[in-house]
Amino acid sequence: MFVYVIRRLLTAIPTLFVIVTMAFFLIRIAPGGPFNQERGLSPEIKANLEAQFGLGDPLWLQYVNYLKNLLHGNFGPSYNLPDFTVTELFAKGLPISIQLGFSALALALFVGGILGIVAALNQNKLGDYSVIALATAGSTIPTFVIAPVIQLLFGLTWKLLPIGGWGDGALINKIGPILTLSLPQIAIVARLMRGSMIESLRSNHIRTARALGLSDWSVVVKHALRGAVLPIVSYAGPAAAALLTGSIIVETIFAIPGVGRYFVDAALNRDYTLVMGTVVVIALFTIAFNLIVDILYAFFDPRVRYD
Amino acid sequence: MAGETILSVNDLRVRFRTLDGAVEAVKGINLHIDAGETVAVVGESGSGKSQTMMAAMSLLASNGEATGVVDYRGKNLLTLGKSELNKVRGVKISMIFQEPMTSLDPLYTIGNQLMEPIRRHRGLDAKAARVEALRLLELVKIPDPERRLKSYPHEMSGGQRQRVMIAMALANDPDILIADEPTTALDVTIQAQILMLLAELQRKLGMAIVFITHDLGIVRRFADRVYVMRSGEVVEEGKADELFANPQHDYTKMLLAAEPTGRKAAPPDNAPILLEGRNVEVEFKIGGGFLAGPPMLLKAVDHISVMLKRNQTIGIVGESGSGKSTLGRALLRLLPSEGSIRFGGQDLSKADKSTMRPLRRELQLVFQDPFGSLSPRMTVGQIITEGLLVHEPSLSGKQRDARAVEALLEVGLDPAARNRYPHEFSGGQRQRIAIARAMILKPKVVVLDEPTSALDRSVQKQIVELLRKLQADHDLSYLFISHDLAVVRAMSDYIIVMKQGKIVEEGPTEEIFGDPREAYTKTLMAAAIDETKFRQSA
Repeated sequence: MFVYVIRRLLTAIPTLFVIVTMAFFLIRIAPGGPFNQERGLSPEIKANLEAQFGLGDPLWLQYVNYLKNLLHGNFGPSYNLPDFTVTELFAKGLPISIQLGFSALALALFVGGILGIVAALNQNKLGDYSVIALATAGSTIPTFVIAPVIQLLFGLTWKLLPIGGWGDGALINKIGPILTLSLPQIAIVARLMRGSMIESLRSNHIRTARALGLSDWSVVVKHALRGAVLPIVSYAGPAAAALLTGSIIVETIFAIPGVGRYFVDAALNRDYTLVMGTVVVIALFTIAFNLIVDILYAFFDPRVRYD
Repeated sequence: MAGETILSVNDLRVRFRTLDGAVEAVKGINLHIDAGETVAVVGESGSGKSQTMMAAMSLLASNGEATGVVDYRGKNLLTLGKSELNKVRGVKISMIFQEPMTSLDPLYTIGNQLMEPIRRHRGLDAKAARVEALRLLELVKIPDPERRLKSYPHEMSGGQRQRVMIAMALANDPDILIADEPTTALDVTIQAQILMLLAELQRKLGMAIVFITHDLGIVRRFADRVYVMRSGEVVEEGKADELFANPQHDYTKMLLAAEPTGRKAAPPDNAPILLEGRNVEVEFKIGGGFLAGPPMLLKAVDHISVMLKRNQTIGIVGESGSGKSTLGRALLRLLPSEGSIRFGGQDLSKADKSTMRPLRRELQLVFQDPFGSLSPRMTVGQIITEGLLVHEPSLSGKQRDARAVEALLEVGLDPAARNRYPHEFSGGQRQRIAIARAMILKPKVVVLDEPTSALDRSVQKQIVELLRKLQADHDLSYLFISHDLAVVRAMSDYIIVMKQGKIVEEGPTEEIFGDPREAYTKTLMAAAIDETKFRQSA
């Protein structure tokens, strides 16, 4: 197992290298640059700025320099937020996005999981149909609709929650964003859970458990659920990588200072270093969570052995 | 107490709600089980024999419902509440199933699964339950039971898993053990071991055993009384000896006559050699890859030489994993192999894809699984004429259709079948379609890879007869791969016995069956065709 983890971490290096390389050249192929703005800078100032950030160098040299800096953990300065380095921006925003994303995922796994089990145990009955209806609604209503509705109801009408803002991380400020983030996830998890639980309940070893006269609790929780959890685990890995790196919609609507905004903002502004920083962070999260999923798999399923 | 009726089934009906309306799987049957006796419920697939017992145990699929009375010592199991029912299931009546590979929970150790019913029904603590679990594993003769308690199901063979299932079923000293095709999924030698074990346990513990089976061999060797079922009804019942000696119902007679018989004569000594493999070797790589080190090598076929003459049938027998299918595929050059393979004087070992293509029509293959080997999205006509598109591209559509009609008639199917899809046909009919697909190309050598294993006995017999007729009509040579010795004996004039990739013994059929020399062949034969009873009837 240990050897396996080391091997996976080693294979992550070339993966990351390919991702960084592709992102580096792709964003530079896009027309324009960080200092092409609508108002326009005078050519002298623009040349000065570009010289300062090494943007006048040949592309390959910029690439080599970027890799060198990256190896030292230096993501470079942000071009559009010139008072900050990319590292500083992430140090400030990432913990916020992680908090929201993690809470939303935990909520989704818990609530979605229970809904899915309830649906599976009442297959083709009222309970099942209600969960399916909820899940369909949850996955079809986009977050940019859910978020304003939550603001409207809980913030304006009932005045239970603040309409937006981070409020230095007060719990009450987090509720709206977490709900918004988790609702579609609850829907997905509930559907996945329902499907895999139904399949698990049909398997031969469940029939054996029933034939042995075991209690419903043991049949459902001990024998059916453990096997049914596996597809959820594989879904939760990539989902965690996406949720923990922030959501532009939720962060914009609720005015949350997370990192979700950076990806889109930076790409639009051709803030090369910030785009690259975002790519590296998301890639790292994705690789890490996929590894965690595989390790969890071995924990849940003794047939999975890595050596 | 022997002789007292402990379980009686009265007017049991089982219905399944399906998209096509209600289907009645069991149509009002009556049967009874007495203490300590062995009862066999016999029938072919779809006869309702399994559903009868599933209904008795309240294990029907969620769209199924049962009516009638299943009386166990004065309690109607069909109307019992769940907690009351669970004091009978797994305690007084227990059950083992056909699928030993999937009937244990893959995520828990054997010990955990074995202790669970003990603790639940007898209220023992973990320590006492563990002692009990060990005793049970010893009872079912699992070697090294201490270590096995910590094993997971996937670390055990099918036979061992079935032993664990038996141990779980016997954990609470049941009155009745229901065994639903307990050996069907196992190799013959393992089958015999499991049956002996059951017989021995019954002598020791005195429970009644209900065998649900399609295998008349088991019934003959095991049962005191027999119920014969067809399409949800009991057509005949009686003492086993009497039923075998003097069957009354036509269906029973047909079942008894369905065991394949007849012998194949060897081709003349001077018959030309068609397909010859010398020192054929196939290796599989297991594992390995980037940063994972070199792969492990597994020799699936280890230096095997085969000579197939015109009009000859070589039976290749062996248990699962012996390499018999791999050998068949290697000889057709469907797998890369070492050694030399010659077909009609031509060396195939160096032949590339384009040299092989024209030869493919003469070297055909028929698979075991008649459900998986026909594309569900093509009509039967398209399926059987597909090979003609490659090998006889000059044929017009009309000519191809005529050939399809001819091929279907040859395998005994209505030519109208060519406009229908595979799912509309039964297993036996599909196997006929698969055979027509091979025959339409007019091959010289056909490798038959377990062509009858997925079929009911009576259908098996028809397929065996069809294959024999085709061989006589077209001077075909067969490589007949099977683990079913009765069928192999009826089909082949020469036999190769394989074990772990090597030939253990080979020779003319009657020699191998009449006077097997190697110990392994003897075990195989004894397990398959020994007619002696496992248990002394009282």
